[in-house]
Amino acid sequence: MEPIIHIENVHKYFGKVHALRGVSLDIQKGEVVVIIGPSGSGKSTLLRCINRLEEFDKGRIIVDGIPLDSAENINAVRTEVGMVFQQFNLFPHLSVLENITLAQKIVRKRSESEAVRIAMNLLEKVGIPEKAHAYPAQLSGGQQQRVAIARALAMNPKIMLFDEPTSALDPEMIQEVLDVMLQLAREGMTMVVVSHEMGFSRNAADRVIFMDGGVIVEEGPPSVIFTNPTQERTKLFLSKVM
Amino acid sequence: MSTSTPAEVDPHLPTIRGNENVFRWDAGWLLVLAASALLAILVLVVGNPFDRIFRFVLDGLRVTVTVTLVTFGLVLVVGIFGALGRLSTAIPLRGIATLYVEVVRGIPLLVQLYFWYYAFPSIVRDLGARWNIESMKNFVANPYVMAIAGLTLCYGAYMTEVYRAGIQSIPKGQMEAARSLGMTYVQAMRYIILPQAIRVILPPVGNEFITLLKDSSLVSAVAVADLTRRGREFQAITPLPLHIYLMIGLMYLIMTLLSARVVAMIEARMSKER
Ligand SMILES: Nc1ncnc2c1ncn2[C@@H]1O[C@H](COP(=O)(O)OP(=O)(O)OP(=O)(O)O)[C@@H](O)[C@H]1O
Ligand SMILES: [Mg+2]
Repeated sequence: MEPIIHIENVHKYFGKVHALRGVSLDIQKGEVVVIIGPSGSGKSTLLRCINRLEEFDKGRIIVDGIPLDSAENINAVRTEVGMVFQQFNLFPHLSVLENITLAQKIVRKRSESEAVRIAMNLLEKVGIPEKAHAYPAQLSGGQQQRVAIARALAMNPKIMLFDEPTSALDPEMIQEVLDVMLQLAREGMTMVVVSHEMGFSRNAADRVIFMDGGVIVEEGPPSVIFTNPTQERTKLFLSKVM
Repeated sequence: MSTSTPAEVDPHLPTIRGNENVFRWDAGWLLVLAASALLAILVLVVGNPFDRIFRFVLDGLRVTVTVTLVTFGLVLVVGIFGALGRLSTAIPLRGIATLYVEVVRGIPLLVQLYFWYYAFPSIVRDLGARWNIESMKNFVANPYVMAIAGLTLCYGAYMTEVYRAGIQSIPKGQMEAARSLGMTYVQAMRYIILPQAIRVILPPVGNEFITLLKDSSLVSAVAVADLTRRGREFQAITPLPLHIYLMIGLMYLIMTLLSARVVAMIEARMSKER
């Protein structure tokens, strides 16, 4: 089957730093892929290349049949790919509801009433419909991240990218966000998740990818990667981090 | 609402808001009232020569207000383009914007005004002579147009930097979140970045307005009959420097104090709107 994300020999430099050194990866529709690896290994950079928040210097990325080359294609891809950030990045001057409806209206060209209906359904889904008229600063971190997920889902993306969605959260709020992500995974969303939450990976991941030094060192199902990795670097990392 | 007068506000810092400054806010209005009362007493109660001076400079006051408002409106627009240029990833655009800001900020405003009023028309006339174009040969500068152009170019550079600092104070993640939702750069600027930046830049923008109001007195040196120049004209006829400049100074003071109050009010309204 044609992969929904096709990454082929991608290289990325930040000045002299060679952040991605030839990454190739195919992700199938409905697959949940978790990326782990030490700090600076290029996890975020790879994720950000998929929706072109970062330009890459060499290689190819094709998302849902659309190559990331022209500006129109990049915007087309971005409407198909939702992204959730470590720091939530909600729009602080807009209410929760406006956060979720704005892009629906100006990008998807939906009417106000339709956008609001979709937003309320999603707030219901992430468990905080009562916060629709609150402002981001009035929410806890876990609630903000759930709004951020709802905001991304409102665009009906085919793919969701998560960059350490729980690592800025207090421990007691991590689970509420992971629960939303788990539900999403069960519903068949294609997900690429940078996260070191083992519980989530074991429950949801089809594949775990270990990156180090800008390359994919090893990949496999979570049961194998976490218990029986073949590469020394993977073993060393797991013994330190997990 | 900010406790500080706009002059103290660092454009790089968002204003810190609190409610301990209600008193100061009142004190600001009190000062406006006191200055206005003093003016009224001088003109209406004390009378001669203050009433004569007041009536004489009144049309100059109108010129000062007009020049300031027109210039400021233009400056607000020039600043947007300047800031977008300064923040552009296109090197030629960024280069031009940076050159503009650096050159203009390095030359005294009075010298710039002299340039636009004296030097610029002579350049046009010289070129007209060389190319034999009648209208250019006989080019005469309208002092008002030249003064407003000079002030606009100068303050446009200052405003460019105010806007740039405001836009840059918005975390990068805001633009990234907007773009990842499929918004174009322009949409992200319009709906996400600028609305947030406006709150940050309002105090320094208000400060620019007040400084511009005061600096507009320099146009009196290039044949514009503003408040300052009208004062000097009165002085030429009736040498009463103490009375004249007390009057003129008081009139500027009332305008700047009032402007500061208006800026504070807008700020307060915005912070309530969140
Ligand atoms: N905007 C940037 N400018 C310069 N260098 C960068 C930039 N972003 C990332 N890098 C560098 O690229 C390399 C990969 O960074 P990246 O953020 O992808 O790592 P990461 O695996 O996500 O790490 P972390 O776990 O700390 O988030 C690092 O060496 C980093 O310093
Ligand atoms: Mg990262």
